[in-house]
Amino acid sequence: MMTIDAAGMHYKELNGIIREGILNGVKKFFIENVNGQYYIGDGIKGDDVVIEINGTPGNDLGAFMDGPTLIVNNNAQDNVGNTMNAGKIIINGDAGDVIGYGMRGGRIYIRGNAGYRVGIHMKGYNEQLPVIIIGGKVGSFFAEYMAGGVIVLLGLEDDDSDELDIDYFASGMHGGTIFIRKKIDFSKFSNEAEVYEIDDKDAKFLKEYLTDFSNSFNISLEEIYKKPFYKIVPSSARPYAHLYTSA
Amino acid sequence: MTKSSFSNIQSEYLAVIDHNKCVRCKRCIQNCGWGTYSFGGDKIIADHSKCVACGRCYTYCPEGAISIIKNPTVIRENANWQEPLVKNIWRQSETGGIVISGMGTTFKYKKYFDHILLDACQVTNPSIDPLREPMELRTFLGKKPSKLDFDFDERGEPVLKTKMPPQIELQTPFVFGAMSYGSISLNAQKAMALAARALGIVMNTGEGGLHDDLVPFGKNIIVQVASGRFGVHRDYLNSGVAVEIKIGQGAKPGIGGHLPGEKIGIDISRTRMIPVGTDAISPAPHHDIYSIEDLRQLIYAIKEATDYEKPVSVKVAAVHNIAAIVSGIVRAGADIVYIDGYSGGTGAAPIVIRDHVGIPIELALAQVDERLREEGIRNEASIIAAGSIRSSADAIKAIALGADAVAIGTAALIVMGCHVCGKCNTGNCSWGITTQRPELVRRLDPEVYGERLYNLISAWSHEIQEVLGAMGVNSIESLRGSRERLRGIELTDAELKALGIKHAGL
Repeated sequence: MMTIDAAGMHYKELNGIIREGILNGVKKFFIENVNGQYYIGDGIKGDDVVIEINGTPGNDLGAFMDGPTLIVNNNAQDNVGNTMNAGKIIINGDAGDVIGYGMRGGRIYIRGNAGYRVGIHMKGYNEQLPVIIIGGKVGSFFAEYMAGGVIVLLGLEDDDSDELDIDYFASGMHGGTIFIRKKIDFSKFSNEAEVYEIDDKDAKFLKEYLTDFSNSFNISLEEIYKKPFYKIVPSSARPYAHLYTSA
Repeated sequence: MTKSSFSNIQSEYLAVIDHNKCVRCKRCIQNCGWGTYSFGGDKIIADHSKCVACGRCYTYCPEGAISIIKNPTVIRENANWQEPLVKNIWRQSETGGIVISGMGTTFKYKKYFDHILLDACQVTNPSIDPLREPMELRTFLGKKPSKLDFDFDERGEPVLKTKMPPQIELQTPFVFGAMSYGSISLNAQKAMALAARALGIVMNTGEGGLHDDLVPFGKNIIVQVASGRFGVHRDYLNSGVAVEIKIGQGAKPGIGGHLPGEKIGIDISRTRMIPVGTDAISPAPHHDIYSIEDLRQLIYAIKEATDYEKPVSVKVAAVHNIAAIVSGIVRAGADIVYIDGYSGGTGAAPIVIRDHVGIPIELALAQVDERLREEGIRNEASIIAAGSIRSSADAIKAIALGADAVAIGTAALIVMGCHVCGKCNTGNCSWGITTQRPELVRRLDPEVYGERLYNLISAWSHEIQEVLGAMGVNSIESLRGSRERLRGIELTDAELKALGIKHAGL
């Protein structure tokens, strides 16, 4: 276990200490007084490495990460899990825009809300299945160009409302699956996606991940299951196949 | 709307077979990727509508029995309503589609390289014989320190104290331009990798990830990160000598890419790390880059992931305010800026973009070099110029206008047999270059074309040495940005000003 006081520390120094620590076999890091430092966990490897962060980490938290677990005890900012390959990021607060951009594997759990373009161009590949679960609400362009993986949107904030209000939902989606715990106004849907009731296989999948999510944040499963889930999948893996003609 | 299969578009070329010469060996049937030829019982029959004049059939016809000719049936000539315009109206009215094409623009905009003349020594400042005297082409790409600090050892000899930022060492100022596995075949990439290794230069993966077979060539590879992030992961970033962030491409500035699902077979799926059969869509922007500050953020995200050991390049298309844009890119921390002019090639681009967006590389280069010098930051990044470098002369002129090195893409494909038919997007390339059909890819032998690429770049390098010798300089560095050695011909004052050169005679 290595404790790092990040007060006043530049990200380059902080990340250098983490990289060197991992190289020297440190498995658990506790970073205190984090105040906007970028790139924490950027490009690091090691399935058994855990980094706990007190304070607010800056952008690109866990970018290109390949295995470790990051636990943020506060809010996070933009580009969490950018092009991440494997690992787990747990955020005990809100997160900013463009979460999980191009993410190919691993999990991101956000207790609170997230900003615009969550899960943009997320993709799955073989056994790699990236999963994002958001406890609260999200902004526009949710799951834009989604190409694979799973996003679960719970909307536990403002739980009185039974409907999601998101513009440009799943625009350009051509792969993967979205589960939502509320209805959505279909007129705001992109033409590229379709909505279904969940089946037994979906329910089993959700149970497994939601149990993990609820344990991570001490949110009761009962609370989560107060409302029914719907599934959204792309209507085609080739949404733009007929857009072009060859010269 | 009722659909009609009738088309107004007539065959562009005729595949004419001399049946007296033809021995019915059917090699043409086998060689044509377009399905032009078939056997009609006793003779070869050609479906002219399928011919694209790619040149494969007559090159491999053992009897010289095939001629590809322009269809003499003309569309009535009209300087305003030119044939391609008329045909595209028909094409689009029949399909409702955006017209896409491969390769660079076919428009006749002015080619500035052809209006620039080089200087040579006469009497004073003697010329140099490059065959018998040292002539340095070695080029280092990367950030150069603005000053050097030295320590002195016990004998009083200076020892460099400044830590040099990471550099790419090129034995000659050429790189192969970015062409992804998917847009071109793996064998085409392998040919470039073999040539790059033999030449001591680099190739560029493009945005399609790095195939396992190319991993051993890491010392001669730049890996690319584009908006689709295909195949991008930690080990990928660390597998080459540099990482390139692709923002734009000369043939299609401002728009994304789209490798259709039917081209995503098992191998490409593995390399791009996406499922088989889904469209590989590259969004128009990187959605983590909306500003120079955001670009800096991605540059340093990559530097962090590569432990500051790899130069980071940023590739942009040459557009109207390119000088200010490149200044921003350099200030964002890029070690190399790759500028692609409007006539650069592509695997597929809408022609409305390809033919009408962007500016020539010559003008962009001159403006960028000037701006970076004025701002005192020219040393902060190297510049690679691209956008149809067609000969060693183009390369020399580009370097004199301010480039550190030039990239060649289309020229490298021409080496492999490409006849610039512009149908790369269809995936039927008879030469095995821009196709994934195994029976077509197989015919492109990486060893054979790797050697030919080696020959071409060697020959161009010798030509550069000849010209440098004639100019009386013994190093490519002495020519870089040396616009005093250039003169314009048949150019207006505005053009000369943009290029920063004098008119011939002055």
